[in-house]
This record gives sequence, C-alpha cells and structure tokens, in this order.
Amino acid sequence: MRRLLRRPGLLVGGAITGAILAVALVSLVWTPYPPTHIDILHRLAGPSPGHWLGTDPFGRDVASMLMAGAKSSLSVALIAVVAGAGIGIPLGLGAAAAGGWVDALVMRGTDLAFAFPALLTAVMITALAGPGAGNAMLAIGLFNIPVFARVTRGAALTVRELDFVMAARATGRGEWTIMLRHVLPNIAAVLLVQITIQFALAIIADAGLAYVGLGTQPPYPSWGRMLNDAQTYIFRAPLLAVFPGLAITLSVLGLNLLGDGLRDALDPRLAARR
Amino acid sequence: MNGFLARRIIGLALTLLAASLVVFLVLQVLPGDPASLMLDTQARADTLAALRHQLGLDRPAWLRYVTWVWGLLHGDLGQSYTYSVPVAELVRQRVMVSLPLAVMSILLSTGIAIPVGTLSAAGRGRRADVALMGMSQLGMALPNFWLGILLILVFAVALPLFPAGGFVGWDKGAWPALRCLVLPACALALPQAAILSRVTRSAVLETLGQDYVRTALSKGLSGQAALWRHAVPNALIPVVTIIGLQFSFLLAGTVIIENVFALPGLGRLVFQAIAQRDLIVVQDLVVLLAGSVIVVNFLVDLAYLALDPRIARDGAR
Repeated sequence: MRRLLRRPGLLVGGAITGAILAVALVSLVWTPYPPTHIDILHRLAGPSPGHWLGTDPFGRDVASMLMAGAKSSLSVALIAVVAGAGIGIPLGLGAAAAGGWVDALVMRGTDLAFAFPALLTAVMITALAGPGAGNAMLAIGLFNIPVFARVTRGAALTVRELDFVMAARATGRGEWTIMLRHVLPNIAAVLLVQITIQFALAIIADAGLAYVGLGTQPPYPSWGRMLNDAQTYIFRAPLLAVFPGLAITLSVLGLNLLGDGLRDALDPRLAARR
Repeated sequence: MNGFLARRIIGLALTLLAASLVVFLVLQVLPGDPASLMLDTQARADTLAALRHQLGLDRPAWLRYVTWVWGLLHGDLGQSYTYSVPVAELVRQRVMVSLPLAVMSILLSTGIAIPVGTLSAAGRGRRADVALMGMSQLGMALPNFWLGILLILVFAVALPLFPAGGFVGWDKGAWPALRCLVLPACALALPQAAILSRVTRSAVLETLGQDYVRTALSKGLSGQAALWRHAVPNALIPVVTIIGLQFSFLLAGTVIIENVFALPGLGRLVFQAIAQRDLIVVQDLVVLLAGSVIVVNFLVDLAYLALDPRIARDGAR
C-alpha cells in the first residue's frame, strides 16, 4: 500500500478519475439546473455566478450538461469495457488452455478484427443499427473483445510455464481449474491495467460517435454532442467548444495516469526500466 | 525468406477474403433496405420491386456476394446506388483528399516523435525529459476532433491563417489545397506523436543499455554519434510497428476529422453512404480500408526484414 502512495502519477490519476466519477454520481441526484432545461432568454450567456460555465444556444446550463454528460460517457465506456472484458478474457484463457486449433482459431479471429479500423466500423454499426447510447456501447464493446482476448492469452501463456502452475498440474488438476485458480489471479494485474487503458479509449470513442450524432441522442447531453453544437457557434461563443473537450481530456488523462501508475506499482521490474 | 513471404501473402489473401465476407454478412444482418430508402415511404410495392430488381437486390445473398467479390478481384467496385456512378470513380476523387491527409499526418507525427523520444531518452530523468513526457501524457489524452476544433479556434478564427474547413480541390494549385489540410493533419498527428514519442523513448532507452552502444562509446565515439548511429537505428522496430498500427487509427480517425473540417474524403463518403444505405459503396470502402490496413501491416513486416536481417533468417526456417 505504501508502494502505491509513493507514486505521484497514480495519486493524481486516481484523484482525477475519482473526481469525475463523483461528479457523475452527484449528477444522478443533483445538478445546478435540470440539464435539459431550455431558457431561450438567457442563451449563449458567458460564465456568471448564476451559470458557472455559461449557457448554450438553447439557454441550457453548461455546467449541468457537463455533469450529466459525465454520467452518460462513463456509463457507455463502463458497459462497453465490461462487456469486452467479459467475453475477451474467457476467450483468451480458453485459447491458452486449449492450444492447438482452438488457439489458432481465436488468434486468427482477432487478426481479422484488428484489420477493421475500429472507429470506422463503430460508425457503421451505430449508423445502421440505429444511433443511440445502447448501440454505441455495443459497437465499442465489440472492439474490446479481441484486445482482451490477446492480452489475456499472452499473459496466461507466460504464467502457465511457471513452476507453481507446473506443480498444480503435477497434482492432477484439470487445465480449466488451473486457469481459473492459479493463472487468472496472477494475470489480474495486467488485465486491470488493460481495463483502465481501454476505458480511456472507450471514452474517446464514445465522444467521437456522439460528435457525429451517433451516440447518446438529444435531449440527453453528451460531451461529444456538446462539441458538435458548439462548433456551429464557434465565432459567437468560443468557450462552449472548450469545456466539453476539457472534460474528455481530463477523464482520459486521469485514467491513463491511473493505468501507468498501477502498472508500475504492480510490476516493479517494469518501473525500474522506465 | 521466400517461404516466409509466401506464407505471409497467403495469410494476407485469406484475411482479405474473410474481411469481405464479414462486411457483407454484417450489412445483410443490419436493418435498412437501399431500395425503400431511395424511394419514399409511399412508394407502390411494384415500383419498389422493380427498383430492387434493377439494383439486383432480389437475387439470393450468396450470388450477390460472389458477384461482388468476383468484381473486386477484377478491379470492378460496382455502381453506386445513389450517385449512379462507378464506385471506383467516387473513391478516386475522395482518395485525393484522404491519402495526402494521412501521409501528412504520419510524416508530421514521425517527424515530431522520433527526435522528441530520442532526446527524452538521452536526457532520462532530466528536466527536459520530464517536461516532454508530461506533454506527451497530455497529448495522448486529447481527442483529435477536439484538438481540431481548438486549432480552428486559434488558427482560423482568432488568427485567420488557415481555412476553418472545406477543401478547394487540387486544380486550384498545390498550396491552396494543402492549406486546407494543414489543420486537420495537425489534429490527427499530435495525439499520435504523443504515443509514438513514448514508444521511441522506451525503445531508445532499451538500446542505450546494450553492449554495442557501450562498445561504440569505449572506442571513442561521442555520445551523440553513439546515440544517433547505434542506439536509434536499433530502436526502430517497435517504432515502425506503432507507425503501422497508427495508419489504421488514421484511416478510422478521418471519419470524424473529415466531419470536423468538412473535407470531402473517404471518411465522409463512408458516412454519407451509410446514411443513404448505399450498401455497395459501404461494402467496397470498408474492404478497401481493411485491405489497406492489412497491406500496411505486411509492409511493416517487410520493414522488419530490412531493419533486422535476423528475422528473415529465423522466419525462413
């Protein structure tokens, strides 16, 4: 634990991620104004004590929209990553345990998935299946599966050759028991780091989809959508284009720092080399 | 060496074929009928049937797949449903925007990242290293489309040096056309440069610790010469791998960036084709883009051979 606290990156990353998470949770019960409340008389107002970050072209409170946007961004990213990891990790473990043609099949499958530019395919899936948060989760989650399958398989193959796994095998345990009881706990750190990285990528992907109008649909606010709306008013209200981007950047920065910090803390050998 | 290449080329062809099948199947499963979208909702059933027949949509799926792939193999991309022109013609126009954009971004990001990563590694732990790596941490977190909007704010709105969007076309001359691509290329390149500089830094740190660098130093080579002549060239394999992977990100990233800057490139073509259910265009473009990713990865493998002859020897076994 003390090892964790000595790393400034980990602390800062954890603090930023925690703060964004807190904002998202608070938005469930309280925002300064209802995020969809339209007040056309006070449209495009600058920051003031009444509206900390000003109002948008419809007079909606930007701070409230950002808070609600945190909730939608984090939930899309969370579900996408959990779904990707939930399918990818068993696939990777299975490939490592079975070897042979199962392994080859899973690996060629991931090769094939990596040939498709992820964001482009996500655009295709959401546009055809219908824009919205649900399909955005599906499209982003789909591309997390091969990533987790690859990482899990690679890590599992290394751990599988270690002495304590050999010992477990010598006692006559089945390959699946060994994978779940001995290999999985020992690759959990690697997977945790990958989860933070994928979480950050999912936030960017969600914002990108929302920006082109394929993510969370209006009137519910999302950071990407806010950026798109802001671009129309870029001459009159340039600040509108700044805040949502800052929110995305800050979330991603926090998660990246957290991931780097976790990796260094959990694998001291890597830290020594950096 | 030849065995290695042959295996790779067969793998490449199989992956492309599988990719085309996946795209075709996905487009069959997802909702949206091109014919009913081209006509309006009140269209009579027989008009609809006639159009479906004219587009060949009434033929069985397997036949459509085989005809499509057969055409692709002969360089025939088919006819766009909505534009009623050959898809190849559409692609030719749009590639003239997307390809220069991708090349500019790759050159820019590599041109920034290799010096930055190398200097960072050479001065490991010093103030410059800490500052550069801090900046790269920030750069990695920047979504490229937001960076694009910020660049518009600064270099098109506040200081009107570049256009805020649109593309004038190459017939207006090289510079006016390139000027339209400068901001989007920067928006694509900077986040990529951040990642690439970190990869370069750790790869150079790795090679700096190798015996051959110590030997170079002990025979009297200066630190700079040992760095650039021995440490950096040997660090290029991971760097080239990431450049190859970034090409795929660039192709996909252009879908959003071309929307930010209203550029008539491949990304926007895909986007419009999807909206209009111009499925043949979508199919062609996704396979073309997947194909170029596969080919670039193949070229990256070939680059390994040039960078490290040991791979060819071991791969040929």
